[in-house]
Amino acid sequence: MLKINDLHARIDDKQILKGINLEVKAGEVHAIMGPNGSGKSTLASVIAGKEEFEVTKGKVVLNGEDLEGDAPEERAHKGVFLSFQYPVEIPGVSVTNFIKTAINESRKARGKEDMPAKDMLKMIRDKAEMLEIDRKFLSRSLNEGFSGGEKKRNEIFQMAMLEPKLAILDETDSGLDIDALRIVANGVNKLKSKDNAVVVITHYQRLLEYIVPDFVHVLHNGKIVKSGGKELALELEAKGYDWLKNEAVV
Amino acid sequence: MDLKDKLVSSFMAFENNIDVEHPVHDVRIEAMKNFEIKGFPSKKEEAWKYTSLKGLQKIDFSIFPKQEKTLEYKDVKKYFIHDIDTYKIVFVDGVFSSHLSETTHDGVDICLMSSALTKPMYKQIIDVYFNKVASKDESLTSLNTAFSKEGAYIYIPKGKMPKKPVEIIHFATGNEASLLLQPRNLIIVEENAELQIIERHQSLTSNEVLTNSVTEIFAAKSANIDYYKVQNDSAKASLIDNTYVDQKDRSFVNVHTFSLGGKLTRNNLNFYQNGEYMDSTMKGVTILAEKQHVDHHTLVHHIQPNCESHQDYKGIYGENSTGVFNGKIIVDKVAQKTNAFQKNNNILISDKATINTKPQLEIFADDVKCSHGCTIGQLDEDALFYLQSRGIPKKEARALLMYAFANNVLESVRIPELKTRINKLIAKKIGVNLGFDL
Repeated sequence: MLKINDLHARIDDKQILKGINLEVKAGEVHAIMGPNGSGKSTLASVIAGKEEFEVTKGKVVLNGEDLEGDAPEERAHKGVFLSFQYPVEIPGVSVTNFIKTAINESRKARGKEDMPAKDMLKMIRDKAEMLEIDRKFLSRSLNEGFSGGEKKRNEIFQMAMLEPKLAILDETDSGLDIDALRIVANGVNKLKSKDNAVVVITHYQRLLEYIVPDFVHVLHNGKIVKSGGKELALELEAKGYDWLKNEAVV
Repeated sequence: MDLKDKLVSSFMAFENNIDVEHPVHDVRIEAMKNFEIKGFPSKKEEAWKYTSLKGLQKIDFSIFPKQEKTLEYKDVKKYFIHDIDTYKIVFVDGVFSSHLSETTHDGVDICLMSSALTKPMYKQIIDVYFNKVASKDESLTSLNTAFSKEGAYIYIPKGKMPKKPVEIIHFATGNEASLLLQPRNLIIVEENAELQIIERHQSLTSNEVLTNSVTEIFAAKSANIDYYKVQNDSAKASLIDNTYVDQKDRSFVNVHTFSLGGKLTRNNLNFYQNGEYMDSTMKGVTILAEKQHVDHHTLVHHIQPNCESHQDYKGIYGENSTGVFNGKIIVDKVAQKTNAFQKNNNILISDKATINTKPQLEIFADDVKCSHGCTIGQLDEDALFYLQSRGIPKKEARALLMYAFANNVLESVRIPELKTRINKLIAKKIGVNLGFDL
């Protein structure tokens, strides 16, 4: 599904990613953990194609296709989805209208007609129900005045609607109380299949109790310094990140 | 002959068709004198630094249309908010159109200025209100006063509220190669009374039109007025709008100005707060392209304590368009506990577009809250990335963000059908064609 090879990226003159190697296969859940400033969110943004970041070396390959030079929307059309840590507020555009636009733009890019209104409505209704989203919520302006939990749930709702091949969840657990966390995690688990993959980026182990990863990677100073199974997350929770930092220096 | 000379010499011809014995005519004569002395404002004057009327003065405008033309409702229906019932005061080339209009005298007066200025039954009100809040100093207002004859006259007595909003529409048919219009409106809303107005100037051809309009609004104690100005005129139509609002205790007056088209538009919007505990709101959405020019000049004069004013103007400027925002707030020494807020946010989407924005605060009281902020910027890159990452191409994402930027000024529009209409107009101007139902 996703192959990242010796990826280096910088913003302005600051080198942030310094040689990332990662392979994610269909059906897998990977967690990327690491202290603040280690490059987690940058990695997510680079995969999604944010133009501020310059890839100086290495590549990101999705299903055998090098994503270099692809605009963010083209990556989305190829099946990449990024759940934002800080979703942007768009006043005057309802959640429903926004998602309709997003879906139909993706269909257009794939040479398909707009989704029939009836099918769209049914899909919206089904996915909203799955994520315990109130109908009224869908007619509100996108993210405007949403609580932290509502914003994250809305991100997962968009993921459910867009049905990506690769979903990257960037700090989806931050700002969530335990109930909201459970709903969001349940949603992700229901969307998981043998044909798609999920990369969970998180600072804490908490979310991983609900979305159980197959692999855990620790990012530090722009590199993956340790990989392991789900038990690595527990070890990190107990010991913190300092022991890894020391290990990395050696 | 330049336009000033033409206007001055036309005044005698104008006098042949009106009652020169009526006391209002003394007011006209005084106004004509002022215009004769001052003439058209030039860019040397601070208030007109960024807006030149030079080009317009070279055009040989017809001052009195020679023949009347009738319009069929079906041909101009789209300019009305036709999905709701409204009172209508409609003018065609400056002449009242009875068959397009729906006026009333049923408990309220929604009718014509020509009646109010001539019939004895209105004399008392005209004596009290006519030309009382409009400037006697400003030359273009004087020009309008000198030729004042026709326009909308609305009188809402104490405690009354018309059953439906009022639409004031001025059509220019292109019957004349170039036409000067000078409508004069007088709007009086008495104690505890309410009124909603939608005003529009619409040229139906690509002939030159210049409208120099004056509207006087009097809001008595606890009166409530919503005034919506829809400016989406043709590329050869220019408008100088002079609106003066006199407010008394606990009244609310909101003016929304949607400047979406036209050649040159100047909005002089003046609020005088003659009382306490009142609220004045001015909001604007400006979306321009080509070589269009819009100049918003606002004034709020806080004369008494405990009042509020809110200004929120948003502008999106493309191609070679130019915009001006000049917001003046005066807080008199006695006007303690004033809250005056002013915002002007602009997005330039072309390297050749220009915005000149200038807040002007003159505060003489010491216990007040005043804030002002102007921004000129481009679209937020993070927001753009967010939309793109959902599969929305950059061009559409930009349009969607511009739409969102302008749209939130509309929250305070209290006529839902008008709000939908303006939303659609904004979407069209910006080129949001994302198929969402508004």
